[in-house]
Amino acid sequence: MWLYAARRLLMTIPIGLGVTIICFTLIYLAPGDPVQSLLPPDATASDVAMLRAAYGLDKPIPIQYLIWLGHAVTGDLGTSIQTQRPVLEEVTRALSNTISIAVISTVLAFAIALTLGVIAAYRSGGIVDRIATGVAVLGISVPSFWLGVVLVIIFAVELGWLPATGMGSDGSENFSFLHWDQAKYAILPIVTMTLTPLGIIMRTTRSSIAEVLAQDFIQTLRAKGLGKLAIMRHAIWNAMPQILAMLGLQLGYLIGGSILIETIFTWPGTGFLLNKAILTRDIPLLQGTILVLALAFVAINLLVDLVQTVVDPRIKRA
Amino acid sequence: MADLSLDTSGVTASPRGRRVRGYWANVWNRLRYDYVTLFFLTLIILIILTVIFAPWLAPLDPNKSSMAYRLKPVFYKQFMLGTDEQGRDILSRLIYGGRTSLMMGILPVVFATMIGGFFGVLAGYAGGKLNMVIMRSMDVFFAFPSVLLAVAISGSLGGGLINQLITLTVVLTPPLCRVAETSTSQIRSMDFVDAARASGASTLSIIFRHVLINVVSPVFVYASTLISASILLASGLSFLGLGVSPPTPDWGLMLSTLRQSIYVQPLVCALPGVAILITSIAFNLVSDGLRQAMDVKA
Repeated sequence: MWLYAARRLLMTIPIGLGVTIICFTLIYLAPGDPVQSLLPPDATASDVAMLRAAYGLDKPIPIQYLIWLGHAVTGDLGTSIQTQRPVLEEVTRALSNTISIAVISTVLAFAIALTLGVIAAYRSGGIVDRIATGVAVLGISVPSFWLGVVLVIIFAVELGWLPATGMGSDGSENFSFLHWDQAKYAILPIVTMTLTPLGIIMRTTRSSIAEVLAQDFIQTLRAKGLGKLAIMRHAIWNAMPQILAMLGLQLGYLIGGSILIETIFTWPGTGFLLNKAILTRDIPLLQGTILVLALAFVAINLLVDLVQTVVDPRIKRA
Repeated sequence: MADLSLDTSGVTASPRGRRVRGYWANVWNRLRYDYVTLFFLTLIILIILTVIFAPWLAPLDPNKSSMAYRLKPVFYKQFMLGTDEQGRDILSRLIYGGRTSLMMGILPVVFATMIGGFFGVLAGYAGGKLNMVIMRSMDVFFAFPSVLLAVAISGSLGGGLINQLITLTVVLTPPLCRVAETSTSQIRSMDFVDAARASGASTLSIIFRHVLINVVSPVFVYASTLISASILLASGLSFLGLGVSPPTPDWGLMLSTLRQSIYVQPLVCALPGVAILITSIAFNLVSDGLRQAMDVKA
């Protein structure tokens, strides 16, 4: 197991480097000269050349990448064009807001999906199974941004029970899930975020439990005279590694893909930051946020794999 | 292996010595009784026909705005589904908007299937170093959640139809490449490929006659599951302003601009999303049905 863990850790290094290369390339995808966007339009040619040298843009691209990587490793992701603040500072401030709703959504999705998925597998073809199948299809088909708008229409516009956007009058600095007048701002974003992972985790739960139930050792348990519930317990534990893997993946997707939901609810997380960066064409901010989010996704995947080896001793892929 | 189980099911289904069907006949036979899939397949065909014949089917000009008829409710005079913030007919815009949305669902998947399929089959068949280079580069793209990767590329490239097409193709290529690679390397190690080689078949003939034909089903089924994902991603990008530029109608873009008016016309504002949802459900269920009928494991 330790050998596997060490190998898995080493495998992360080239992936991480690849991620930095893609993020570095983003600047070159952007149309126009990056220097031009920093300078007023009446800047002289010598000003342009000076700035180009100051940013190291006169050097060959591989060298530029290494310089950029050196800065990034030490936590220097550049400065946001719009706010003139360090990108890393902006991202870390937003990240906690994203992580908090993403984690709550994932836990919620997991709890509901596990319950429904187990019942659906237990009584396959029953009413819960049908509902579960429907929710699963809905979960992967629904445009999350539309769901957000519909929830706002129902609960904020028509019923007036919950606020439509934002994080409350105190802003994100003093936000606490323990005070209702603040926590209520998080409810609609969380509900919107939950549906898709709920559907997908439920699908995985149902199919992996059904897969375990078809195995020979279940037959043995039945022959030994174990009750249906006791057999189900065995099946759930055997299916757990697969379910946990899906759970981790979904958490990663929520944290990395929060842009649409955060944009609708103006929830000041990383997705909202990304949207701001796109609207203002703030490429350093865009690049830095994407780098942090992608590395977070890589880290979550690593963590899930490691947890899986602990939970499931059968995995010895070393 | 899959073929064996197929044959037995075909035989047990027709005990009276009817002729044994081929693979595609079997697939069709299973689809024929799958009414859910058939229903949604019909729906997809109807949607496609509607957007193709949009100029004849749309009741009004999708781009004709009128200040007098801004944000009218459903069934208001000639506007069956109401009007938007510029007084344009929602129904006509939905019909025309389906063109961009469907195109963004299908074209990137087709491109990604060609590119990803090519590299996947190449990597799977060649194995060794070439396999490692191709698949490890694809792994890097898997280090991004798909929405994030799409936003990263699209956000840097900027909006526009072509940029959106490029973005989605790049996002969808790695997963297709992986599916193609997995099934190619599975097929390659099978006995009948060795048999073909032993009987003197050339590499190209093995790839085209023996490998490719068996890789097509899993890749095709997987690609069909990506259409709905592609539609959702595309409309999400348009929603963020990274798609077609106004006034071109597009479901994601319509939803984004109508969002400002939810306090005036809540029902009308939700309509473009309903169009996205129905199309996406239809593609998802049809690809589910196809997978079952073609007996491909997920």
